[in-house]
Amino acid sequence: MYDEIQEIKAQYPRTRSAVLPALRIAQQRYGWLTPDALREVADALDETPAFCQSVASFYDMFHLAPVGRRLVEVCTNISCALVGAQQVLEAFEQELGIRAGETTDDGQVTLRALECAGGCGWGTVVAVDHRYREPVRPEDVPAIVQEVRDGG
Amino acid sequence: MAASEIVLAGAADRDLTQIDAYREVGGYATLDRARGMGPQAVLDELLTADIKGRGGAGFPMGRKASFIPKPGQNPNPTYLTVNADESEPGTFKDREIMLRVPHRLIEGCLITAHAIGSRNVFIYIRGEYLREFEIIRAALEQAHGAGLMGDVTIVLHRGAGAYICGEETALLESLEGERGQPRTKPPFPAIAGLYASPTLINNVETIATVPAIVEHGGAWYADQGTEGSRGTRVFSLSGNVRRGGNYELELGTTLRDLIYHHGGGLPGSRRIKAIIPGGSSVPVLTADDIDTPLTFEAMADKGTFLGSGAVIVIDDRCCMVQLGLRVAQFYMHESCGKCTPCREGTRWMVQILRKIEDGRAEQAELDLLLDVCDRILGKCLCPLGDAAAMPIASYVDKFRAEFQAHIDAGGCPYKGESSLERVFAPVDQHTHHPTVEVPA
Ligand SMILES: Cc1cc2nc3c(=O)[nH]c(=O)nc-3n(C[C@H](O)[C@H](O)[C@H](O)COP(=O)(O)O)c2cc1C
Ligand code: SF4
Ligand code: FES
Repeated sequence: MYDEIQEIKAQYPRTRSAVLPALRIAQQRYGWLTPDALREVADALDETPAFCQSVASFYDMFHLAPVGRRLVEVCTNISCALVGAQQVLEAFEQELGIRAGETTDDGQVTLRALECAGGCGWGTVVAVDHRYREPVRPEDVPAIVQEVRDGG
Repeated sequence: MAASEIVLAGAADRDLTQIDAYREVGGYATLDRARGMGPQAVLDELLTADIKGRGGAGFPMGRKASFIPKPGQNPNPTYLTVNADESEPGTFKDREIMLRVPHRLIEGCLITAHAIGSRNVFIYIRGEYLREFEIIRAALEQAHGAGLMGDVTIVLHRGAGAYICGEETALLESLEGERGQPRTKPPFPAIAGLYASPTLINNVETIATVPAIVEHGGAWYADQGTEGSRGTRVFSLSGNVRRGGNYELELGTTLRDLIYHHGGGLPGSRRIKAIIPGGSSVPVLTADDIDTPLTFEAMADKGTFLGSGAVIVIDDRCCMVQLGLRVAQFYMHESCGKCTPCREGTRWMVQILRKIEDGRAEQAELDLLLDVCDRILGKCLCPLGDAAAMPIASYVDKFRAEFQAHIDAGGCPYKGESSLERVFAPVDQHTHHPTVEVPA
């Protein structure tokens, strides 16, 4: 990881610019930004872990607490909501047995509501590990959950 | 191919993500020509084209590029930064451009870099846009392989989930590795932007239009659209409409044409109740405004903005208080917290709107809501505050009777039948962490 971050650093006139890519690499590696992960990023960038944490906490895509191995996100902003995002989100809640923002007890899946994903004309937009499915209707949900649980 | 297409031209018939296909439609030929022209000659075409920025604010691109110091006027390097952070609710056009014509964006970057004497380009792409990132990265590799880069480097920089990073100075902070909080202006980025150096920031669509302008000439471009709104735009159409999607149309096309002709109208026998013409940040229009042309000037006459070109159609099943609540929740979530009116005001708006929706609000609270909007408008560090206050104030202004009905009846007059019923926002996310340790 240290070497990978050094390579990224070289793309920028200033080291600090590499903080987002470095945090992304660390999160991929550890699942979430554990204290160890933040320390490693800080070492590689010659910053403090506190600085890295302060940056990470600003951005929605960084996890400062454990999350599931798979991330299911449902856009609930207005264009999707006008065409039934609530029903899609509720179908995921029911199928997974958790509420939006929670993770299944086995640590497999985290479900979140998402602000506008940038697919408004094809709502409801659902992102599974940042791969978009659009449009998703409530009746599509059981198959998506099955696929996610099966590792697809 | 629709006659009016410029940015998306050719993408319907060919896979333009491949450099060979892009070259077959004349791609990268303009880059060669531009490099043979002096930078000022390229700038002159952009000035003649009179293209206004497609990111939201609508500032003339040629003029902004002309503010960049000329070689020798500033000791620091000049940067070009492309804003690909697209997150304005309702907007999904930059994504389509990146997915379908990535080389046109890259060619636009290289031509623009030549025009402003820059050798360093950064494309700041929204973190959630994974496939788009992969496509641009692959296109960049092809451009490298074809020896097109000259002495220019293009760095693809991924965001990490923050709407405010689309605001240009917040984007620069984020690119410098900080929390993405806006800067005060002046100094403007053209003088002291990225790494305190001269920086031109433009939207994806703006930059992707540059090759066509230089190929056919600024005068050709300026001939299309209207006097105040030249050329075409890729309009994002969404909401209660049959065929949502992106439509590149000449500016001056009416809302009616976009919604009914291109979008196929509303599903079922629904009627239009409201139209958001430029992304969730702008004041709302009503069904009466259906013949308004999609231009900067016509929208200004109606007290709203063309913004990001995102048209959201709202039918008669929608409760406007719920709409206001959901929009306010978005801005509350995305407020960076740097200035008080925006950070606190968006929270107040959410609380009051929730009380109104739940039927717990007193009469005075409707005025309080407008008062809160008023205390945000024009009093914030960056335009996000206004972007939160303007739409909410417009919903109350245009649909006051509906807000009043909530207060009079002690609840929502839609009685659970609104299309936005039970809408859930990320600000209300529940949290519960897994009990098992997540393996590395
Ligand atoms: C809160 C906020 C969010 C913005 N988001 C974006 C965005 O996602 N993409 C974009 O191009 N411009 C966005 N803008 C506008 C930029 O600040 C800037 O005006 C634009 O990128 C300039 O490019 P243009 O002149 O080509 O439009 C946003 C502005 C604000 C205030
Ligand atoms: S207006 Fe809002 S988003 Fe903009 S700087 Fe102030 S707090 Fe941040
Ligand atoms: S509102 Fe759902 S993708 Fe934009």
